[in-house]
Amino acid sequence: MPNVMIRKSESGGLLFYVAKKDMEETIASVETDTAATWGGEVVLTDGSRWYIDPISPPPVFPTTLRFKRAD
Amino acid sequence: MSALTREETQALIQEVLEVYPDKAKKDRAKHLAVNDPTLEQSKKCITSNRKSLPGVMTIRGCSYAGSKGVVWGPIKDIVHISHGPVGCGQYSRAGRRNYYVGMTGVNTFGTMNFTSDFQEKDIVFGGDKKLDKIISEIDLLFPLAKGISVQSECPIGLIGDDIEAVSKKKAKELKKPIIPVRCEGFRGVSQSLGHHIANDSIRDWVIPNRDHDQSFVTTPYDVAIIGDYNIGGDAWSSRILLEEMGLRVVAQWAGDGTLSEMELTPKVKLSLIHCYRSVNYIARHLEEQYGIPWMEYNFFGPTKIAESLRAIAARFDETIQANAERVIAKYQAEYEAVVAKYRPRLEGKRVMLYVGGLRPRHIIGAYEDLGMEVVGTGYEFAHNDDYDRTLKDMGDSTLLYDDVTGYELEAFVKRIKPDLVGSGIKEKYVFQKMGIPFRQMHSWDYSGPYHGYDGFAIFARDMDMTINNPCWKNMKAPWQK
Repeated sequence: MPNVMIRKSESGGLLFYVAKKDMEETIASVETDTAATWGGEVVLTDGSRWYIDPISPPPVFPTTLRFKRAD
Repeated sequence: MSALTREETQALIQEVLEVYPDKAKKDRAKHLAVNDPTLEQSKKCITSNRKSLPGVMTIRGCSYAGSKGVVWGPIKDIVHISHGPVGCGQYSRAGRRNYYVGMTGVNTFGTMNFTSDFQEKDIVFGGDKKLDKIISEIDLLFPLAKGISVQSECPIGLIGDDIEAVSKKKAKELKKPIIPVRCEGFRGVSQSLGHHIANDSIRDWVIPNRDHDQSFVTTPYDVAIIGDYNIGGDAWSSRILLEEMGLRVVAQWAGDGTLSEMELTPKVKLSLIHCYRSVNYIARHLEEQYGIPWMEYNFFGPTKIAESLRAIAARFDETIQANAERVIAKYQAEYEAVVAKYRPRLEGKRVMLYVGGLRPRHIIGAYEDLGMEVVGTGYEFAHNDDYDRTLKDMGDSTLLYDDVTGYELEAFVKRIKPDLVGSGIKEKYVFQKMGIPFRQMHSWDYSGPYHGYDGFAIFARDMDMTINNPCWKNMKAPWQK
């Protein structure tokens, strides 16, 4: 369950940064991304899948959240 | 010798690896790669930030070097205690040439060495009392010091001293920030973790200091230069460009930086990151906590300077954008003259770099402006995000080496035969004795600054005087001719 910092990239996408691992990846898709909630399963461009319980209202980025590995 | 093809470079790596035992060969093979600029992510081709192999000559430093030497050391108006035995502080004292203005020993302390000089009894009975005492002594002897940072050396972590408790107690007593930094040298695989620890200590002990103080008058053009260590005056030659653009540089750290500048950093509108590797942690924190966006910039060589100035200006309004164009136009005649003078002398020369931090990728632009080609590059302590940024800057089928060993670097240089090698002091005399022109690129070989337009002129002159030095023709002993 790493602490993940989510921030907006210059191109408008979301970046997924794990400080402990120095891993920075772009988020490819988010399961629920509506005006009311954000979260669920998150897939990164490298193919790895992460999970977070949906948050409502959606968090303001950048922010640090706790994710679980989905697989 | 013309450039190597992809197959030749791959064969070269295999040939160099041949001398290792199987296990070592397997490990080192992951750290050597042939560049492919089409790749998006470096983890497909190179492994980095791993423990060095026992038995090889690595060029890395330690966590203490990353914190005391790089991030904290250049903050000029606070005293940095090298807490532990005397050697770590003494042998690294003033070696990095972080220039600053001020009266050393009165209001600035950059080149001085403060140490608790641990003896056997301190190891046996603990050094907390000694730390308490020297903090009082420092305050008595140097009343103008704005604060004190305690930079731990290995024994502090091993014997379990509670430097945080001492620091808190003394901070209350002296009413000055006293910052304990847990940067014991044994932590992590290289100095990189020291940067991270130093960033975390700045985040915890410095950045929140003025959260409730709104007396600082801000403007919409406030920026902070973060991660420029003012080596040979680098930060100064960068700062003037930003100020000419109409931006106000509120904080400049660590080079020629002060504690109050660091405390004011949360008030700026944009943090400008020079050395991504050593300060990205604090930039991310400032973004999350205070909503300050950050961007990287590169002030090596006119092409990259113009690119960076425009990118910085794009974050502000039209006046700044117009100013950026004016600044570029103002210096155009100057840098064109530099290029006109040195390019014919340096055209086509090939360079191999092996440094740390940001230089293995940032300097490439400056060499290209002079018509030179970087054929190999590598980092001492990079992580994969640094290589991500490097892939695009390097040419196809050039050599990438991570945490290269003394043997590998020599073997590569012997085969590639570059016209110039840029690396550290430990490599300098090896290559000079091999008859290869060499620049010490950690502290600009006692020259500099190299940043900005002013720095580019010095950079070009230094490269010319090294490569075209007549001494390289006289390397052969007369009786061997």
